[in-house]
This record gives sequence, structure tokens and C-alpha cells, in this order.
Amino acid sequence: MSLQERLVSGDVRALARLMTYAENNDPEATRVIKGLYDKTGGAYVIGITGPPGAGKSTLTGKLTKALRDCGKTIGIIAVDPTSPFTGGAILGDRIRMQDLFTDPGVFIRSMGTRGHLGGLSRATQTAVRLLDIFGKDYIFIETVGVGQSEVDIVKTADTVVMVMMPGLGDDIQAIKAGIMEIGDVFAINKADLDGADRTKIEIEMMLDLNENKEWRPPISKVVAVDNFGIDDLLEKIQSHRDYLQSSGELASRRLRNTKQELVSLVSDRVMEFILKKSDKGFTVDDLVERIVSKDMDIYTAADEILSRIKE
Amino acid sequence: MDKPIRVLVAKPGLDGHDRGAKVIARAFRDAGMEVIYTGLRQTPEQIVATAIQEDVEVVAMSILSGAHNHLFPKVVSMLKEKGADDMLVVGGGVIPDDDIPALKEAGVAEIFTPGTPTSQAIQFIKQNIKR
Repeated sequence: MSLQERLVSGDVRALARLMTYAENNDPEATRVIKGLYDKTGGAYVIGITGPPGAGKSTLTGKLTKALRDCGKTIGIIAVDPTSPFTGGAILGDRIRMQDLFTDPGVFIRSMGTRGHLGGLSRATQTAVRLLDIFGKDYIFIETVGVGQSEVDIVKTADTVVMVMMPGLGDDIQAIKAGIMEIGDVFAINKADLDGADRTKIEIEMMLDLNENKEWRPPISKVVAVDNFGIDDLLEKIQSHRDYLQSSGELASRRLRNTKQELVSLVSDRVMEFILKKSDKGFTVDDLVERIVSKDMDIYTAADEILSRIKE
Repeated sequence: MDKPIRVLVAKPGLDGHDRGAKVIARAFRDAGMEVIYTGLRQTPEQIVATAIQEDVEVVAMSILSGAHNHLFPKVVSMLKEKGADDMLVVGGGVIPDDDIPALKEAGVAEIFTPGTPTSQAIQFIKQNIKR
């Protein structure tokens, strides 16, 4: 049986192997997806993001458990940072999801960022697509612990859950302008700790500033380890989904995301093409040397590269 | 860093001592590998399911409870059942020399006992993964 047939027939090994191909930039992954593209778009994609230690993995595990109790099937992609020095990574998100490992309705994949910025890995979108084709009802993407600008998740997820926790204090102020804007639903985890109400007020105040938006992100207080507030959070995610569907926002979001993905795919390929290209009498490295030795300025070099591609 | 080696570092059995597993996980990371660490007290079923979903090339297990003669071969045979016998299985921990031949016979590629430099384990993996 081909990988494509095995994927459609529910073979977990085929799914896992295709994800490896996607991560290693092996064209086999996209070749299989090309043949099954009409099967994509059925899954609902939920992004789980927030600062390190907020409880993203634990929360993802509990949300998964609750959806499993409703008979839904789940795919989870958990992204952790790759060391920029060695290329190695410790992928430890699974530690908080142990009771899901042997559930045949749950597929978990850990990924290193492998040098990609933005909070996800380059293969995340392809992995989501594979889980979608595989037939998962819901797909969770857990980002790396985010700081200020890891906002790639909005390009991939239908609903973004921003996980916060009490006691970050002024850190909330610091991240306000960046990632705070991308939450569709807020979860204040560890809400049994002091300061949960204050955190809620701070988020509310931030949201007041965006009052003109059609959707005001709701805030859920949860204690993920105790399974407290999980159903409430799921309801809020569901109401965001309902809003996206009834307002037509889901279609326009997917349109926008598809466009962004297409543009970045093409620009990746153009870059690859340029970096490989030496048959037309120049290499990027040659130009770089000329720039550094002040033989040419960097802007002219960029023009040069573009004009030669057009030839 | 095109194709990093993916390794599952797992702690089967009931002992709660994962210092060794963490040290080895860190050493593997520093050697450029992607290490999936799953935490303590994993059943063979959990280890095998994780190895398959993560599509690892190596399953490295650490055990200090003395249950290695049962748990290591169990993982090897379950991987085989699932068609994943191309994965390299290695073990470490407090394992008497007398037990090692039988474990190797059962399909564990190598056993690393206390005092083994991490570099030796790394070298063994690099030389023996099936690519």
C-alpha cells in the first residue's frame, strides 16, 4: 500500500512518517497532500499560546480529554525551541499529557522549531494538514513559550487561546502590544493563586481599548491541573467558533491565512532558488563578498539578484 | 541540522529516579538530537505509542528498579508487532552484567551501565541508526 492509501486508511505510522518527511523538507510529504487536498478543511484548529510556564501543555491535555469524552478525535502538535547552537532540542510537552498516549483517538507530535522564528516550526502547517486529512475533528497547536512577537499562530489557527497566569505583573504590560492582541479567548490558568482577579482586570482593561472590534475575547479562569474551568473554556472556544461561522469571519480568516501561506511558500522557494543558483554567472556569496569589501552596495546587489532571476 | 536524529528517552517501570535520564537527554540535545522526553513511570504501551507517533529512530530507556529483564524485551517485541522494528532500542541504568547477553538476545542493541561516558552512547547511536 502506498503512503497515501495508508494515511487515508488510518495508519498511524504512515501519518507519523509523513510528518517526519514534512519536517525534513522531503517532497514526499507535499506529494501525498497534493493528491488528497480536497480532504482538508474539515478539522477545527485551536492554537494554544502564552508565556513559558503558563500551563499550555497541561491545559491542552485537559481540553483534549474533555473533547474525547464527547467522542471527538484529536491531533496535537506541540512545538518546543531548538537550540540555535547545536540544532538539538528537548521536546517535553508530552510529560503533561501522559494519560493520552495510548488513546487511539489522540495523536501527539512534538516538534522543534529548527531555526524558524514566530513560535511554530516551518512544518507545522503541513503537519496540521496531514492530521486534517487523517480525519481528526480538532487539532491543537501548542506554540513555544512566547514573548512578544511569536504571532505565527494566528496564521494557522481558527481560534487562538491565550494562556496567562497570575503574578506576571508588569510582564503583562510588556507583552501587551505584541502577543496580547492575537487572543480570541483568554484563559487565566492557575487561577487559584493570588492575583487572578487582578490579572483578569488587567486583561479586561486591555480589551477595553479595542472596543470597536466585533468580537470581544472572553476570559476564562481555569486551574488546569485540577480540571477546574475546562468546560467553561471549551464553551467559550465554541462560542468563538460560532461567531466565526455566523459572521463569515471563518471564511475570510482562512482566505487571509491561505494567501499568507502561499506567499511565504513562494518566497521560500525563490530564496532556495537564488541561494542555489550559480549557473548564471553569480552566486550570492560572491555578491556578499563584494558588498563587504565595499565594491558594491547592498541595495544594488539586491537589485542585481532580482534582475538576473527575471532573465 | 537538516535531519536531526529523533530520540525517545523513556523511563519505564516504577522507580522515580530520572536524574540519569535527564542527564542523557541533555547530552543528546547537545549532540544535536531532538529528544522527546515523556516523564516517569511509563508503561511499555505508552512508550511504544509515543515512539510511533513521534516517528523516532531511537528508543533509549533508563531503568533503576530491576525490572529491565521484563520491560526492555516487552518494548522490543511490541515495537516489532507494530512494524516498528527498524527503531534502535538501547537501555541504561543499574543493570547487572549477567543480564546483558539475554537483553541483547531479545533485541536491545546496547546496554549502558553506570559510569559510561555520554559520548559513548551518542557515538553508538550515530553509528547504528538505520538511515
